[in-house]
Amino acid sequence: MSQFLQFLFSGITVGATYALAALGFTLIYNASNVINFAQGEFIMLGGMLVFYFLQAGLPMPVAILLAIAIPAAVGMLLEKFTIEPARDADVVTLIIITIGASLAIRGVIQVWLGKGTHSYPAFSGSEPILIGGATLLPQSLWVLGITALVVVALWYFFSRTLAGKAILATSCNPLAAQLVGVNTQWVLLVSFALSAALGAIGGVLLTPITLTSYDVGILLGLKGFVAVVVGGLGSGLGAVIGGLLVGIIEAMAAGYISSAYKDAVPFILILVILFFLPRGIFGAKVTERV
Amino acid sequence: MNSLRRHKPLLILAGVLLLLPLVLPNNFYYDIAIRMAINAIIALGLNLLIGFAGQISLGHAGFIGIGAYASAILPTHFNWHPIPAMLAGAVLASVLAAIVAKPIFRLKGHYLAMATLGLGFIIAIVIKNEANYTGGPDGMPVPALGIGSFSINGEKQWYWALAVLLLFSFWASRNLIDSPFGRALRALHGSEVASQVMGVDVVRYKVAIFILSAFFASLMGSVMAHYVGFVTPNIADFFHSIELVTMVVIGGMASIYGSLIGAVLLTALPQALSTFEGWETVVFGCILMFCMIFMPRGLVPTLAARFGGRGGEGD
Repeated sequence: MSQFLQFLFSGITVGATYALAALGFTLIYNASNVINFAQGEFIMLGGMLVFYFLQAGLPMPVAILLAIAIPAAVGMLLEKFTIEPARDADVVTLIIITIGASLAIRGVIQVWLGKGTHSYPAFSGSEPILIGGATLLPQSLWVLGITALVVVALWYFFSRTLAGKAILATSCNPLAAQLVGVNTQWVLLVSFALSAALGAIGGVLLTPITLTSYDVGILLGLKGFVAVVVGGLGSGLGAVIGGLLVGIIEAMAAGYISSAYKDAVPFILILVILFFLPRGIFGAKVTERV
Repeated sequence: MNSLRRHKPLLILAGVLLLLPLVLPNNFYYDIAIRMAINAIIALGLNLLIGFAGQISLGHAGFIGIGAYASAILPTHFNWHPIPAMLAGAVLASVLAAIVAKPIFRLKGHYLAMATLGLGFIIAIVIKNEANYTGGPDGMPVPALGIGSFSINGEKQWYWALAVLLLFSFWASRNLIDSPFGRALRALHGSEVASQVMGVDVVRYKVAIFILSAFFASLMGSVMAHYVGFVTPNIADFFHSIELVTMVVIGGMASIYGSLIGAVLLTALPQALSTFEGWETVVFGCILMFCMIFMPRGLVPTLAARFGGRGGEGD
């Protein structure tokens, strides 16, 4: 039982990061129908930038703020200079553009900060807390707490504020939104900034537990992407639950079956989901018009 | 006369391949030419899927990995002859493709990208983890390819072998596209519903082309493994899949010449970028983005349209 609890803790912790990445994917997908393969690089940027700014002597809160603000700015640049000029391109083209962006971001970090593996101290010590025979790192509580906070804030933003509703309107029907006065270009920019910030937050929170290096983004991003598929493309609630599910299933498989095949688990999951529940668990049922 | 005109592109390619050895100064350049040819053949097969059938695969390197490791493992551990080993790999890749394809092709767009991405990752992880057979992350040697006492050795012999293979693939792709099968593929890329109404069994055609491209990817994986003489798990990884898709897309979707050009350019690119020490990934990423933003249809169709030629489209 204590073993099960232990796996559950580590699964939920990692799953929360997948959930943040998945929310990022969902935001961008809803606003622009683009699957942003550079999403994982924002997770990497978050962790690597905090490490860099701490090294440079900045206090932790400033380092964290910068490590979230910079990726958000990168996200906006990405939208402005690569996605917007290619608005009408087809799916394959847009996927390749974001893959190109992901390579460029990773390459810059590799040249600038090197290929080493980095970490920084946890936010409030690393004295493990004992619960039911299993240990829980204080940092895990930070991950879960902040993720929960972010999810609630997003819910508030999208259901109670004008700006959030403008984004929702654009994702439902861009032309209609434009007709009632929504600045859809602004919506796209905000979606990319928000989604990059979400990824960065995940990276900032997770790094003290899992370490980071210039190349962690791709796998983290792809697992966030799996979470999106599990939850159903385009559904916010689905993204969160999908993220947690992927994290938990991965941790259980690593613990009970084989840790060597841990990384394969999300991808087996993706195939199973696509075979049996192609719209994911929470995906909307849509009938396509010709 | 008519048949001469029809075969003009094939003759031009044959001429280039024949004359190329005259200007290749040493084995280093032969090596690059051989890799270009291998990539060109893979790109031709992948283009049938992406460009003509409009379906994207982000896991094609997985199929290449299956072929490469079949050619490494079966002869080394089980004393198979290289040729049946190669075929066994190709059959395994096709069977996997068939199993995945059926349910996936009912979906479209992003979903196939996701499923093939998942499949590719799983194959790469299996290769990395089954170290008893595959040598794990360090890779393993591959025996020479040969029949009886004859085996292909040295860059020059490999060059001619691949020149013949490339010519054959080029000819076969052109014929396939002009066949009823190819017309059906192009129709379903244009509009699935319209082609369904015209009596094209959409799912069956997509599944068929996916299996076919997996089969050839695996074969070329075997060829590459035999040529290099060594395989590592990198051959099956996600980045390799991306490189292959990029060749097709940069050269030009649905353009056979595009695949050739794309393969040549992307094989040469890392060599050209090696002077940028450390910046290769950045430059590669930027080139990808700029090409896609300013020439979303790819090099060959864009240039063909600009200079008024008719070469690009559907050819």
